[in-house]
Amino acid sequence: MAELGSFVLLLALALSLYSFVAGLVALVGKQPGSERLSETARRAGIASFGAVFLGAVVLVTAAFRNDFSISYILHHSNRDLPLPYKFATLWSGQEGSLLFWSLLLSGYGLVLRLRHKTDVRLFAHASVVIAAVQVFFLLLLNFAAKPFAVTQGAIPSDGNGLNPLLQYPEMVIHPPMLYLGYVGFTVPFAFALGALAMKYPGEKWIHITRRWTMVTWGFLTCGVFLGAHWAYSVLGWGGYWGWDPVENASLMPWLTGTAFLHSVMMQEKRGMLKTWNMWLVFGTFWLAILGTFLTRSGIISSVHAFAQSSIGDWFAWFLVISLGVFTFFFVKNRSHLRSENKLESLISRESSFLFNNLLFILACFTVLWGTWFPKISELAQNRKVTVGAAFYNKVTIPVALLLLLLTAVGPLLAWRKTSFESLKRNFLWPSLGALSVGIALVVLGVKPWADVSYFYALMAAMLAALVAFTVISEFVRGGRVISGHTGENLAASILRLWHRNTRRYGGYVVHFGVALVFIGILGTPFNREAEKEMAFGDKMELGPYTLLCRSYTQEENGNYSSDLAIIQVFKGDRQIDTLYPESRFYTASQQQQHVPAIRSTLKEDLYVVYEGQNQDTGRPIIKAHLNPMVSWIWIGLVTMVFGTISSLVPNAAPSRATVRDNVETGVHVRPAPLGAGD
Amino acid sequence: MPFLSPYARRLHLISALLVGVLLLLGAGDDSARIDRLGHQMMCVCGCNQILLECNHVGCSYSTRMRDELTAAVTRGDSDNGVLQWFIQTYGTTVLTVPTNRGFNRIAWIMPYLALVTGIALVVFVVGVWKKRPSAIRVGIPATVRGVELDRFREQARRETEL
Repeated sequence: MAELGSFVLLLALALSLYSFVAGLVALVGKQPGSERLSETARRAGIASFGAVFLGAVVLVTAAFRNDFSISYILHHSNRDLPLPYKFATLWSGQEGSLLFWSLLLSGYGLVLRLRHKTDVRLFAHASVVIAAVQVFFLLLLNFAAKPFAVTQGAIPSDGNGLNPLLQYPEMVIHPPMLYLGYVGFTVPFAFALGALAMKYPGEKWIHITRRWTMVTWGFLTCGVFLGAHWAYSVLGWGGYWGWDPVENASLMPWLTGTAFLHSVMMQEKRGMLKTWNMWLVFGTFWLAILGTFLTRSGIISSVHAFAQSSIGDWFAWFLVISLGVFTFFFVKNRSHLRSENKLESLISRESSFLFNNLLFILACFTVLWGTWFPKISELAQNRKVTVGAAFYNKVTIPVALLLLLLTAVGPLLAWRKTSFESLKRNFLWPSLGALSVGIALVVLGVKPWADVSYFYALMAAMLAALVAFTVISEFVRGGRVISGHTGENLAASILRLWHRNTRRYGGYVVHFGVALVFIGILGTPFNREAEKEMAFGDKMELGPYTLLCRSYTQEENGNYSSDLAIIQVFKGDRQIDTLYPESRFYTASQQQQHVPAIRSTLKEDLYVVYEGQNQDTGRPIIKAHLNPMVSWIWIGLVTMVFGTISSLVPNAAPSRATVRDNVETGVHVRPAPLGAGD
Repeated sequence: MPFLSPYARRLHLISALLVGVLLLLGAGDDSARIDRLGHQMMCVCGCNQILLECNHVGCSYSTRMRDELTAAVTRGDSDNGVLQWFIQTYGTTVLTVPTNRGFNRIAWIMPYLALVTGIALVVFVVGVWKKRPSAIRVGIPATVRGVELDRFREQARRETEL
């Protein structure tokens, strides 16, 4: 199997190399026959997908067949590993995850090449860029990080097993989502570089790119949040975001990608920010590669990082070369990127996008700076420092709150200029609603003057309420207009309104999801925890809950043995649940892991961890966290994903409706297009 | 205490109570200090977790470091003294954030510097864009027909739709 795998990867490299070289020659040389050459390059690109796909199939099959003659399978699987995790072996280690990356990239390339008739020349340019990136990853797979390297010496009867932290159902979904996001940003980059290189006339490329970016952004959003949920459910420290360099690596392209999704509207509507958008697309792609470099080079220490290896140098060179190529084309063709319009007022949609982009880029810079500062410090003063959560919280929370304010305000500002009357009409009731939420929270006992974290929590609650109210008011106001035209009820009118402009109203739903995520995060300052050595019958109080240790038990299967605590949860005198926090010992990897038990409600999570036994007394230690509002983060994610999907649905064709005559006044109103004023 | 007057006995009782209360308050202060300082330090085993939140099984550092922290606070070392002792023992990476001194101050300054620079840049760009000559000609009779009218309609549609 190893030979077959190695062969198909070599074949994929040859096909990608041909796709790149032939495609480039066809684009540069304008001699007769270049169209046919370009077509062969496109087909070679399509065929490269088949070869990489076959390589991935061979590796997964080897995992299922426990073929420990392949070194990768020996180190990342074992006989008793459950089947879904054997499948996840593909992305569990350095070499396999690079193969998976290459598979996704060639998959994106396949879709792009199959849709080439949308704009043959632009797609040919994009195809060449994708082929170049594909060549880089296949070079890595063939020469630096070989997934089909054979095991040296005698082949052991069983493998070393999968890292216990990865043996969690979400690990079968989270990495593919994250990788689809990372890899997907290659496509907008390919279109941007192609459009820049060919001085693409008009804005069609940006329309095409925006849809790809939306899809990619949706995947990355899922990946980032599923990662947070995995950390919460598996790592057992009671939190979901630790500002680890690997987490930061996923956040940075998300921030610039989000900035691009907003600023691209300026280019579509007003022909502005063309240069900026080019660099944003490139920056997002570059940060995705930089993130991969961070996790694989060992340059920054992280608990999530892959094993240190020499492939960091390959990535460093790739980053330098891609920056060089993009800068060359930018300098050469920058005159093509002149803005068409002027800014007419500071209180306008345009300026809100400018400040939105400023804040996203600032947040990205802060995360990048914090991630790299330990290395900078080491180089400058020969002393490493830690940049932990306290740094990021101090610097990024004010930025995040300002972004939340813009999330509420921005969509309701008009293009060009917003009048005071319009501001009053749009914001009066949402602002009063947000103010009421703030007053209610203070009355309920939130003291913003006691601690800065409470102040931030109160601000986040008020701003999240402002976002939610502005979104609701937009739907209701638009729905009423349609209802007035058609006589339908409000719910049907809102549905029709959304279908008339899915992008706009899908975007509002995403904003609503963001508000829910903030509601989930703002509970953090109110977290509580307790820890106790608990024997049978011992009790521990935490908030309104009483935890009673009923018993301890043990279980065993081929993969791991586990100690479980049986904890009854009481609220007052009533038992409301039984939790089973676990401590597992994985046989193959000889590693131990806590598996927390979580009782999740909309109000709060009760998070119980069996921390093992006190080495002196032999008594089991139970730690419990009470985390308010956490569920809203995951509800917010679902809302954001729903909004993203709904914004990709094509708009309904505009239709015209006749407004009924006003019988009393005898006024006859002309037919008006539905959704007028969108 | 049969030889003490009732007044002296009451005084002793009150003193004892006060000492007890003070000790309890001290104990409370100590645990609050341990909690605060323990959240300013990392576990140095490589798990990348805050010292008091490190929970991984068999950690060879966190238990010892917590004991050292408790001992330092109990013997009355100042906050700075405790942190300095940990830096001397475990290196500068033991602190969760860079100190606000010397070269490390740059870590704190840069994000704010970037914010100020960014705002200045946006203000500059806005200023340049506002001065740019208008793309729409003024003073032309409002009779726009044919292709030009279609172009304006398309522009209006594009700019009013999201």
